[in-house]
Amino acid sequence: MQSWIPIVPESASSFSWKVDALYFYLSGVTLFFTLLISGTLIFFVIRYRRRTPYEIPRPVAGSHKLETVWTVIPFVIAMTMFVWGASVFFDQYKPPQNAIEVYVVGKQWMWKLQHATGQREINELHVPVGRKVRLIMTSEDVIHDFFVPAFRTKADVVPGRYTTMWFEATKPGTYHLFCAEYCGMNHSGMIGSVIVMEPRDFDNWLSGNVGSMTPATAGQQLYQTLGCASCHGGSGEGGRGPALTGTFGTQISLASGGTVTADEGYLRESIINPQAKLVAGFGPIMPTFQGQVSEDQLMQLVAYIKSLHGAGTTTPAPTPSAAASPSPARAVASPAPAPSIR
Amino acid sequence: MKPIESFELPSPSKVNYLNAVYGLKSWLLTKDHKRIALLYLGSITFFFFIGGIYALMIRLELLTPSGDFLESTTYNKVFTQHGIIMIFFFLIPSIPATLGNFLIPMMIGAKDLAFPRINLLSWYVYLAGGIITIYALLAGGVDTGWTFYTPFSTTFSNSYVVATGLGIFINGFSSILTGLNFIVTIHTMRAPGMTWFRMPLFCWSHYATSLIMILGTPVIAITVLLLAFERVSGVGIFNPKLGGDPVLFQHMFWFYSHPAVYIMVLPGMGVISELIANFSRKNIFGYSFVAFSSIAIAVFGFLVWGHHMFVTPQSVYAGMIFSFLSFAVAIPSAIKVFNWTATLYKSSISYDTPMLYALGFIGLFTIGGMTGLFLASLATDVHLSDTYFVVAHFHYIMVGGALMAYLGGLHYWWPKMTGRMYPEGWGRFGALVVFVGFNLTFLPQFIAGYIGMPRRYHAYPPEFQVYNVLSTAGASILGFGMLIPAVYFVWSMRYGKHAEANPWHLPGLEWRTQSPPPTENFEQTPIVTWDAYEFAPPEETEVVGKFHGEVERAS
Ligand code: HEC
Ligand code: HEM
Ligand SMILES: [Cu+2]
Ligand SMILES: [Cu+2]
Repeated sequence: MQSWIPIVPESASSFSWKVDALYFYLSGVTLFFTLLISGTLIFFVIRYRRRTPYEIPRPVAGSHKLETVWTVIPFVIAMTMFVWGASVFFDQYKPPQNAIEVYVVGKQWMWKLQHATGQREINELHVPVGRKVRLIMTSEDVIHDFFVPAFRTKADVVPGRYTTMWFEATKPGTYHLFCAEYCGMNHSGMIGSVIVMEPRDFDNWLSGNVGSMTPATAGQQLYQTLGCASCHGGSGEGGRGPALTGTFGTQISLASGGTVTADEGYLRESIINPQAKLVAGFGPIMPTFQGQVSEDQLMQLVAYIKSLHGAGTTTPAPTPSAAASPSPARAVASPAPAPSIR
Repeated sequence: MKPIESFELPSPSKVNYLNAVYGLKSWLLTKDHKRIALLYLGSITFFFFIGGIYALMIRLELLTPSGDFLESTTYNKVFTQHGIIMIFFFLIPSIPATLGNFLIPMMIGAKDLAFPRINLLSWYVYLAGGIITIYALLAGGVDTGWTFYTPFSTTFSNSYVVATGLGIFINGFSSILTGLNFIVTIHTMRAPGMTWFRMPLFCWSHYATSLIMILGTPVIAITVLLLAFERVSGVGIFNPKLGGDPVLFQHMFWFYSHPAVYIMVLPGMGVISELIANFSRKNIFGYSFVAFSSIAIAVFGFLVWGHHMFVTPQSVYAGMIFSFLSFAVAIPSAIKVFNWTATLYKSSISYDTPMLYALGFIGLFTIGGMTGLFLASLATDVHLSDTYFVVAHFHYIMVGGALMAYLGGLHYWWPKMTGRMYPEGWGRFGALVVFVGFNLTFLPQFIAGYIGMPRRYHAYPPEFQVYNVLSTAGASILGFGMLIPAVYFVWSMRYGKHAEANPWHLPGLEWRTQSPPPTENFEQTPIVTWDAYEFAPPEETEVVGKFHGEVERAS
């Protein structure tokens, strides 16, 4: 806790200053107009106070010129705010290249996180300074929201689909993690911290916390035990079902016509609700795994399929679909025309 | 010089709408819009007090960082019920159902609303919704937040969601009935000579509000119905586990609830136009711009709901369009503020209580509207959404704006409604206390929100405490300030000075009949030959203490 009274939160991500700059601009404009209006009001109220009980001032005709001025000027100012806000936002949601991936599952009232390298955490997230971190998030129950004020970013965590957000921490330290979407009884207890470390400390932390398998390895085991291999081949090379190797990030042609980008949301849906988007050339024979796999296991399966990039089994640098297409859809769920979760 | 109020009035008669008939039954079965307005006034005041007590409980809990005053489950119910009662049972009906009901017929020179029975029905419908909601609160309460987000509300909440939803559903019909009545009345019941552009702006803003009421309210009704249906039957509409889409609920909810914020503030803007013009004895600058900006707000208000969903999985492009439209819809509000301010130029400003509220409104609404821009701007909203900044923003609009307008209007028309004057000194004092208390309560919340304090938190990290202590202190002052008018209004009904027909010396039609008015409002249908706020004939340059149109008045 700082000893002085804070008026801005700590600034610890690559876009905190961008949001702050816009915020100060907005505050400046607000202050200007508030002072302009209230100053004018106070001046008029004193200057034109009623001096004799029965006085009647001269009526005044309106003025189209003035109306135009105070329509156009505020509109232009508003557009500067719009463009500025939209461009910072656009950057925030352009999926980053070469990001560290962390899987996040929210549930009443805790955060479960798993690094692509296998480390699991609860209500804490360790990240290195200067690396982009991409979160792939979902919820087991109600809507939550992952909010780190020091990073000036948040995103809803929605059951039944994946949402993503990313940030690049710039300053080591421990920062608040809040659940920002009301989620029931202990909503205000669904808090934690994001611990930003120097890269060397982070590597130490990683190696000191091995223990569990990587999500991809766990996913590979699930892939075998759930019998996916019987249709998709022992290592995803295909069979009665389409090959899964190299699928991630590509365009998939659908039986219904049209294509869809194979992002995390699509993979998730293909497992939970295979009939929703049939791959062209295949029948509706894949059984649904709804109810048989938890959100954690789903994320592991997705991580495994993503790792099937032809190369090794370590999670390769993701080339998120959206980076290839001009649409940086901020949710992994595919953009219009067809919402991916039905 | 001839005093302004000296224009001839119908022979002062002792019979008025209050004493024309007696007895409980004469009230409960009344078809008089003025009496129905008073029925509404009583019932919304009741709900306002309940909502206010919840508000004080919230502020007491937040005085300290730890959740020590209430259990978290209780706290969640308290803020939910505060929101539901204040929004659905106080603010939405407040100005339209009381002041609008009372004044629209009088301002356009009609005897009553177009459908007096429907008007009475709307009050009973409101009451039925209210009673069911009160039942839900007493039976165990509801903890979903006034926004009822799914799937929490449909599957996870263990509280009286369906009963509360039913209360809101039923209550919605009273809005629809009121809106319908106003629209038909304004179209068909204007007195001879009362053209659209001679109507007081109060009527224009109520016309716009009514449009939203009848077009928007059915959507919240459907939304609540679907919610209850999923909760009761388990059919998947919003719950993804059942094949539904939780975000769909938010679209439906905000499709109504953003326009609903304009249901709350547009009537207030109408009141402010009246107060500014009449207490500065000046015609409103840019009358037609102020009138049409209300309609523009009503129409474009339907196109911006997505700005409540910038952090949901809504596509970036949808976000940009909603952001753009939100900035655009702010412009008509700005036009109003500039025109009100310009009206005061070279006017004759009185410092009576209603004017103090009106001046307060303009300042506070400016802050409320400008901070809306922080939330309409995508990058800042991502940080600010669901924090105390949002809480501060909408309270500046809804309390600093709509509630101040309501209080100002209540003072202004109190003599007409009750036939009694309120004590002016206490009135000014109360307005001042409310203004100070309000700002102390909500100004700190902007900062608390920017430094990251999430809303709907029962306990919070200690660095936010400074702002919460200030806010709680402010709330105590505000609460005390609100009691002042409550006390003297009640007092004045018995002991207040008798009001003249036209205590403020104004040209509006409602002042050209006795106070309180007779049941049929005017002894003879007035014939209107003057514009709204026509204190002096347009061609005249110097002041005369006589109203243009007075001679032509048919009485
Ligand atoms: C009975 C055979 C069968 C089984 C078992 C099966 N699948 Fe499939 N899978 C299919 C078929 C056929 C398709 C293509 C048609 C479709 O989209 O449903 C498919 C499609 C997919 C796709 C979409 C691939 C693309 O190229 O778009 C994914 C991902 C997938 N399956 C993953 C899995 C996983 C993970 C498992 C195990 C949990 C599994 N499948 C089990 C038959 C099967
Ligand atoms: C004029 C009357 C207005 C009223 C009565 C009003 C009221 C409200 C209310 C009640 C909320 C919060 C809802 C909730 O989450 O519980 C809200 C949020 C919001 N308001 Fe306003 N508002 C008004 C004007 C504006 C204006 C002019 C703008 C922008 C141009 C604006 C932009 C927003 C935005 C973007 C949010 C969502 C913030 C978020 O949840 O992230 N509002 N407003
Ligand atoms: Cu939460
Ligand atoms: Cu809105």
